[in-house]
Amino acid sequence: MSSPGDTLPATARYRLLGHPSDLAAHLAALGPLPLPHGGQMHSWRQSFVAALEASGLTGRGGAGFPSAIKLNVARASGPRGTVLVNAMESEPASDKDKILLIRSPHLVLDGAQLVAAASGARRVIVCVPEGRDQIAAAVTAAIGERTRARYPVATSEEVMRPPDRFIAGEESALVSWVETGRSLPSFRPDKGIPLQVGRRAAVVHNAETLAHVSMIARIGPDAFRAHGLQEDPGTSLITVGGSVEQPGVVEVDRGTPLIEIANRASPVGRPQALLVGGYGGAWVHPDHFGTPYASLSLRSIGATAGVGVVVVLGSDACGLSETARVVHYLAGQSAGQCGPCVYGLPAIADDMTRVARGQVDSELMARLERRLREVNGRGACRHPDGAVNIARSAVQVFGADLRAHAHGAPCAHWNRPTQLRFPTARRTA
Amino acid sequence: MTSARIIIDPVACDAYGFCAELLPEAISLDEWGYPVVDGTPLAPELVAVAQRAARDCPRRAITVRLRKSGI
Repeated sequence: MSSPGDTLPATARYRLLGHPSDLAAHLAALGPLPLPHGGQMHSWRQSFVAALEASGLTGRGGAGFPSAIKLNVARASGPRGTVLVNAMESEPASDKDKILLIRSPHLVLDGAQLVAAASGARRVIVCVPEGRDQIAAAVTAAIGERTRARYPVATSEEVMRPPDRFIAGEESALVSWVETGRSLPSFRPDKGIPLQVGRRAAVVHNAETLAHVSMIARIGPDAFRAHGLQEDPGTSLITVGGSVEQPGVVEVDRGTPLIEIANRASPVGRPQALLVGGYGGAWVHPDHFGTPYASLSLRSIGATAGVGVVVVLGSDACGLSETARVVHYLAGQSAGQCGPCVYGLPAIADDMTRVARGQVDSELMARLERRLREVNGRGACRHPDGAVNIARSAVQVFGADLRAHAHGAPCAHWNRPTQLRFPTARRTA
Repeated sequence: MTSARIIIDPVACDAYGFCAELLPEAISLDEWGYPVVDGTPLAPELVAVAQRAARDCPRRAITVRLRKSGI
């Protein structure tokens, strides 16, 4: 039982949602945390990394990077590092990490312990934003439960509370905050060089990714791969919102058609478009509603899995106005370090507002296209790229509206209340 | 064969614009005065000028990365 991935209970069904909250039930469902015992570290590590590699797990925080590779980079950069659990979930439309941490904190903490054991890290820090006290309380209670039960862990666990800002969850900004108290993304032309806290390697994993790690280590990569696609296996947590009757978080197999994911939340009427991947993601036209939720398929239609978000846009909304709101929001959330983001995003947002209001002429469209092209990829982090993505997709998906506006037909919906979610001033839940 | 690329650190850059004056063949400025490079390898005859642009940048925001290429 000490070697991860070698036991597969016949009854084990791969599900993150619905996993028990308290430690005793967690252990009853999954068995003990398979940590290495003295002397067998090397073989334990090999089988843990092999299980992760075999699973094909990719990061669920947005970038979709293979988890086994991330682990190997951290390992190669030396021991006594830090594992940061990214529970910042700064994407306004996302609730998945919150739901996961409140309902099944041990699943996430165990994943962090396994990664810490495999990389020789000495610290596990769960980063929960200031103000989101329900999540912090759940994690703190779970850590207390583990301490009282003398639960065997590889290293200490603690909660830290960075500011609740969009950019604070970007991985280099998160590391910067732990190190210096300032949430600033760093410019890293070579992403293969690991981030550091206290001159030691710091590896950042999204909370959901770590929950998958702890499942895979216990019930094996085959249970994970029993879901999803050969080239994009497993399940994903997705927050479905917008114009729906039952917004919430669902767990779906990778490869599930987008419209089926939307239907889990009961859309109000026929959706006009879907926003996939969050506010830095892309609008998807009804012609592509059958697209599988998987990295390659989404890329082929100009979208990304991004953070696990599907927002339904009802027929009574203006997609261009909604996009203008999103880009204004993203512009306001810039860390303020890079010129193209500081000046480019407000300029693109203003252009989008003009487009939405029908103040369209060929000069405006040429200027917008140039700005989208020029701003893309020119920040230290990918924040500006997200704003470009959603704006670019809006111009394509809502092209018919745009042309109608350009010919003087005003939009009937441009000043309606938004169907999207935006944080009100400062979150205080 | 060595190829050279210009890398601009967008955090350090403060839009002085000297680089685009020295090296208009490879660096243009956006509408706010920040340098745009297309990321393609630099023509060999421009490498020395690019290195001078890197030295002259008041914010030390430019790196000229030389890399041996197998082709």
